[in-house]
Amino acid sequence: MSVDLKLVEAKQMIAPPSQSFSMWVWIRKNLFNNWYNMLLTLLAGSLLVYISYATLTWVFTEAQWAVIGDNYKLFMVGQYPILALWRIWSALTMMTFMFGISAGTFKGTMLRLCYILSTIYLVHIIAPFTENTSKIWLTAQLVMLVISYFIGSKIPYAKRFNIVGWVISIPIILFFIHGFGILPVIRTNVWNGLMLTLMLAAVAIILSFPIGVLLALGRTSKLSVIKYFCIGYIELIRGIPLITILFMAQILFPLFLPTGLTIDNLLRVMLGATFFTAAYMAENVRGGLQSIPNGQYEAAKTIGLNPVQTTAFVILPQALRAIIPTIVGQSISMFKDTSLVAIVGLVDLLGIAQSVKSNPEFLGRHMEVYVFIAFVYWVIAYSMSYSSRRIEKSLGVGER
Amino acid sequence: MVQTQRNIEVGPLPKTNETIIKCEGVNKWFGDMHVLKDVNLTINKGEVLVILGPSGSGKSTFIRTINGLEPIQKGHIEIDGVNLSHDLKDIEAIRKETGMVFQQFNLFPHMTILKNITLGPIWVKKKPKAEAEKLARELLERVGIPEQADKYPGQLSGGQQQRVAIARALAMQPEIMLFDEPTSALDPEMIKEVLDVMKELARSGMTMLCVTHEMGFAREVADRIVLFDGGEIIETGTPEKLFDNPKHERTKLFLSQIL
Repeated sequence: MSVDLKLVEAKQMIAPPSQSFSMWVWIRKNLFNNWYNMLLTLLAGSLLVYISYATLTWVFTEAQWAVIGDNYKLFMVGQYPILALWRIWSALTMMTFMFGISAGTFKGTMLRLCYILSTIYLVHIIAPFTENTSKIWLTAQLVMLVISYFIGSKIPYAKRFNIVGWVISIPIILFFIHGFGILPVIRTNVWNGLMLTLMLAAVAIILSFPIGVLLALGRTSKLSVIKYFCIGYIELIRGIPLITILFMAQILFPLFLPTGLTIDNLLRVMLGATFFTAAYMAENVRGGLQSIPNGQYEAAKTIGLNPVQTTAFVILPQALRAIIPTIVGQSISMFKDTSLVAIVGLVDLLGIAQSVKSNPEFLGRHMEVYVFIAFVYWVIAYSMSYSSRRIEKSLGVGER
Repeated sequence: MVQTQRNIEVGPLPKTNETIIKCEGVNKWFGDMHVLKDVNLTINKGEVLVILGPSGSGKSTFIRTINGLEPIQKGHIEIDGVNLSHDLKDIEAIRKETGMVFQQFNLFPHMTILKNITLGPIWVKKKPKAEAEKLARELLERVGIPEQADKYPGQLSGGQQQRVAIARALAMQPEIMLFDEPTSALDPEMIKEVLDVMKELARSGMTMLCVTHEMGFAREVADRIVLFDGGEIIETGTPEKLFDNPKHERTKLFLSQIL
């Protein structure tokens, strides 16, 4: 470390050999370097050109996208009464507000999500089929996003306010959509379309997470009652297909309730999906717990932490960090699995697609419908995996 | 590596005669393997004890029984008047008395250095945050890395991490410090900085038990050396006696291999 300790005279630095090739050199070197690669390149190239040409021709000339524009309200919110649409817009505004606040506080990943969100709003404002009232509401969303972003970056205690804000926003959103009797109640059977898909996924993902953590901790517990209950639960649920659980929630569950007590169909499905995902979440968390070296437990013990403190401050934060990719993978798969609720009579995005394509007015337009909902699913799922990658990077997952 | 001269100007402080650790007939088995056989040892307050021995001799296991990380099956251990039993309350009381430093540092990688050090004081000793942070910064000053407080363990060198681990243990203001091969995972040029901190600690009158292979450190700092082999104490004595005039054949053999 001392400066005098120079064993070898510093030599002139040698730059690494230049790696920059022109595109032509790269193509010759990698695609046309011998006869069979040349053949493969030509074959693959012509296939690629053919597929792109056919796809683009279909998208821009043959497909009749009117089926999407005409049924846009159905795809988004289904049969939710048109006169009450302002309530969904208000709920959405609440959500936009919280997104903006979070972006202002945390910047980074939340800010990127807000870019995606505003792009979606913007595309809808420009789209020719959007009604004028909707355009006004969408513009309001954009304005709200900007305002709340600045609020978020200015307020003190922003992080604490964020958590409280999100927790409070959930009942507010539900209040707008359901009414709770203060506003006229709108029954859950007309909560359809993308709105239903998003609600189901959000509930299942958010609630299954804490339950999964508890189950995983229970599975490693020393108390055998808790341990075997958790093992039993996890193994039972993981052995049953989601469809079966949804059917049971739909048909069997009401049989066990005392007469006169009914639980809303949507709520039952939400609970079924939550408890299903929780079992998988638990196994993911257990994997994270196992990745923590024993030395961490010992170090926590020697500074006097009790088991609860050890878990809360030392073990769980590290375990959860390690499994962000699997948690997000699980969430994406749950988000897509919500399409199964069509089977038990809930009309989600896929359910709406089914009914739109069987409308005689739009007969034969099923390609357009499916391509459209596939695109919607993709945009949302990709946003999730994109944020996962960014969060991993910012938390330094994989590096210790 | 071996330093033969002793550091004379900082001779050990006069030791008290107050017993702080008493081990009587300590026995431990891993499965069928008898890893500690009737270990008897009494340690006075302020004493620096170095435990030597070949690998697998049970020296690490022994030091880990003292704060209850390894339960014992026979015999008993008494720390500052508290009997180490299976009762969780006693174990907790003893862990507040003892600090431990590990071979692999075992810092919490997701927390800053300051958080690592203040975690125990805040949550176990219920100190106010400001006070705990003040203490942590003082300790970092003492181990020579005050400027690293806001970094993460992964950004520090091995020697710095181990010094943070020492500071973390000291933050609980323990009576006894246990060192389980604190320099064995370090690059040679970093060993000295950790040993210097340990020497300073020894001079300040801390009761210390060190499992180590650093013979220079043992000779310079130890009040007494204990040699373990096959789960038993083979020989104990002052460094002079043990290094220059070992009685037991196995001690001679061990020293000839390591020196």
